[in-house]
Amino acid sequence: MDAILLQILNGLDKGGAYALIALGLTITFGTLGVVNFAHGALFMLGAFCAVSVKALLSLEQVTEDATQLTAWGTPLEVRVPYVESWFGDFGTVLLDYSVPVSILVAIPVMLLIGVVMERGLIRFFYKRPHADQILVTFGLAIVLQEIVKGAFGANPIPQPAPDVAKGMIDFGVAVGMDAGNVVYPMWRLVYFLFSVAVIAGVFAFLQFTTFGMVVRAGMADRETVGLLGIDVDRRFTIVFGIAAMVAGLAGLMYTPILSPDYHMGMDFLVLSFVVVVVGGMGSLPGAVAAGFLLGILQSFASMNEVKSILPGIDQIIIYLIAVIILLVRPRGLMGRKGVMEH
Amino acid sequence: MSKRKIGRRDMLKTTAVVGAGFAAPMVFVPRAYAYTNEPKGATVTLGFNVPQTGAYADEGADELRAYELAAEHINGEGDGGMLNTFSSKALKGNGINGKQVIYVTGDTQTKADAARASAKRMIEKDGAVMITGGSSSSTAIAVQGLCQEAGVIFMAGLTHSNDTTGKDKRANGFRHFFNTEMSGAALGPVLKNAFGSDRVAYHLTADYTWGWSQEGSIKKYTEQLGWQTYETVRTPLGAGDFSQYITPVLTSGADVLVLNHYGRDMVNSLTQAVQFGLRDKQVNGKDFAIVVPLYSRLMAQGAGENVKGIFGSTNWHWSLQDEGSKAFVRSFGQKYGFPPSQAAHTCYCQAILYADACERAGTFRPSVVGPALEGFKFDGLGNGPTEYRASDHQCFKDVLVVKGKEAPTSKFDVLEVVEVTPRAQVEYPAEMLGGELGPYNDGTA
Repeated sequence: MDAILLQILNGLDKGGAYALIALGLTITFGTLGVVNFAHGALFMLGAFCAVSVKALLSLEQVTEDATQLTAWGTPLEVRVPYVESWFGDFGTVLLDYSVPVSILVAIPVMLLIGVVMERGLIRFFYKRPHADQILVTFGLAIVLQEIVKGAFGANPIPQPAPDVAKGMIDFGVAVGMDAGNVVYPMWRLVYFLFSVAVIAGVFAFLQFTTFGMVVRAGMADRETVGLLGIDVDRRFTIVFGIAAMVAGLAGLMYTPILSPDYHMGMDFLVLSFVVVVVGGMGSLPGAVAAGFLLGILQSFASMNEVKSILPGIDQIIIYLIAVIILLVRPRGLMGRKGVMEH
Repeated sequence: MSKRKIGRRDMLKTTAVVGAGFAAPMVFVPRAYAYTNEPKGATVTLGFNVPQTGAYADEGADELRAYELAAEHINGEGDGGMLNTFSSKALKGNGINGKQVIYVTGDTQTKADAARASAKRMIEKDGAVMITGGSSSSTAIAVQGLCQEAGVIFMAGLTHSNDTTGKDKRANGFRHFFNTEMSGAALGPVLKNAFGSDRVAYHLTADYTWGWSQEGSIKKYTEQLGWQTYETVRTPLGAGDFSQYITPVLTSGADVLVLNHYGRDMVNSLTQAVQFGLRDKQVNGKDFAIVVPLYSRLMAQGAGENVKGIFGSTNWHWSLQDEGSKAFVRSFGQKYGFPPSQAAHTCYCQAILYADACERAGTFRPSVVGPALEGFKFDGLGNGPTEYRASDHQCFKDVLVVKGKEAPTSKFDVLEVVEVTPRAQVEYPAEMLGGELGPYNDGTA
């Protein structure tokens, strides 16, 4: 029971990341009809927003201590972060909370990146075949990866969670079990709650605002909305920016779980496309449901009891489920009729 | 439509052209040369084949820095580095055999196919007489095979699998770096002293050649000490998030987690294991322990404070206080502003050892240079007294057991050496790992 509960928790935080990326992919596909293979790179760019903010906050005042030498004979450098020397304890707290603080930077930055990407490149490919879109966005993803590698190197860069969220939560006690049986890293639960909040925010935005209503109408019938004198393209550009922001925030908050490196977006991209297909092309609730479902199933498939019966199942479970669902429900769990069917 | 009649003469011509085409790949060198890429002018070209892109690009960049430094020192430039402490005094600072060392570089991309392609290009187009470098066992084994076929010497870079000088060894290939067998033999007793002999280990293993080799060695040596192995779980290479493999450890009853991971996998699995509280956990009335059998300081930096107190092994560390290590760290640090990694050290040593062997042999011919390395005993290159064993072309020397430092003084100061395991304790019979060296190939056959 303990092991099952642990794997459910594990699946939920992993599923949170899948759902957030798949949500952005689905929004982009549903509004613009673009298959965006650079979406994983946006997840990575969000993570590197956190890296950049931490690097900026960690800028150091360097003084040389001539009384001490390094192992290679040069004077030892004494480094103190500027924020600590300027703001004292507040500076230390700012450094500790660099990941949550970087959300404030990532929101405008990712929105801007999304808008520039859509206006500068993607819009030229709206009427081109999906194969062209895949090629150009995949190429863009590789370019972005190489830029990040050139700037930050190839090695993972650790981004610790704030001290207050580094510990474990005894989840077992909360559900009436003995203490110490189901303990789980606090930041992973924070990530799960964060993903739920972002998903709820995106749904609320699309459901309860005039802007969202126009976007939904545009997703259903772009031409008619255009005939009503509404500039759908401008709204869709903003939607692309929002999708980029959601992917970026997903990556940013994931950094304490997975030390970011230039390749992290690609690791999630393929899985997220499977999530979109399983959820149903163009279906936002489908993408979210499939994200969590596949996250949990992937965790269960990694249990030793399961692997002893089906060796290697952990590595194929997501694709196996995708095959089964597409055989039973060709449009995916909540796919809409007519989307990607011609 | 006109019909062209094919005559006997046309047939012969076509056959000759096709025959020459098929034969071309087998004739690696023109007959004017006594062996592949025999240097004729005032220079000799070495090929540095390192990962310049991909996940190990940072390690590759450090290897390249070391090679550039080695080439400078061999040519008599700079402060001479470890040439000043090297026990052999054959090199005179005027290149190799009087020829100035120049070099070309290739990008292995940490992929066997790409590594072979770049090595082939350096041999065939650039005239490299020796290939060296790399940061993975699969690329090392692939390039070693290619060099054997081409008739050039291969001086392996960072490769830790037993197979490189075990079942896949070749006469033209030489390895200075240690292997998983030595890691297991060195770590075993230290783990017993630190954690006792009544332990239950749970292995997470990267699912490829090196991971299996590492898992086998650690399992063998810890079980000899009385440890039990609860489970060995294979994880896909580059999994990223290992949490679904770590959560079963929490409820397994095992009290030691062995992470047979390297590079990015090691950084991620170790970070996540610590996040799940394993380093601070108590199981069976004992403190839970995590072991990382192969450490890389460059990679350990990526895991940050999570490496604190975690045991592992390494081929060399910049904090060593022997004269060779100090000379190398000084030379490298003054040129680049930071200390060298173990990958840089092994690559520097390989370049120096090759140059020295050529100088002693008086030629670059593989079948003469190779025997000059076989059984060669030396000192002053940072690992204490070392021998290139003749029977498998593997260097035997002391092995370092290290631990993540509790109070690092800088971002480079993440590991501390806790034991120098003597060579005698890590040595094994060459036939134990199988394979055959076979004959040298000079590329003229």
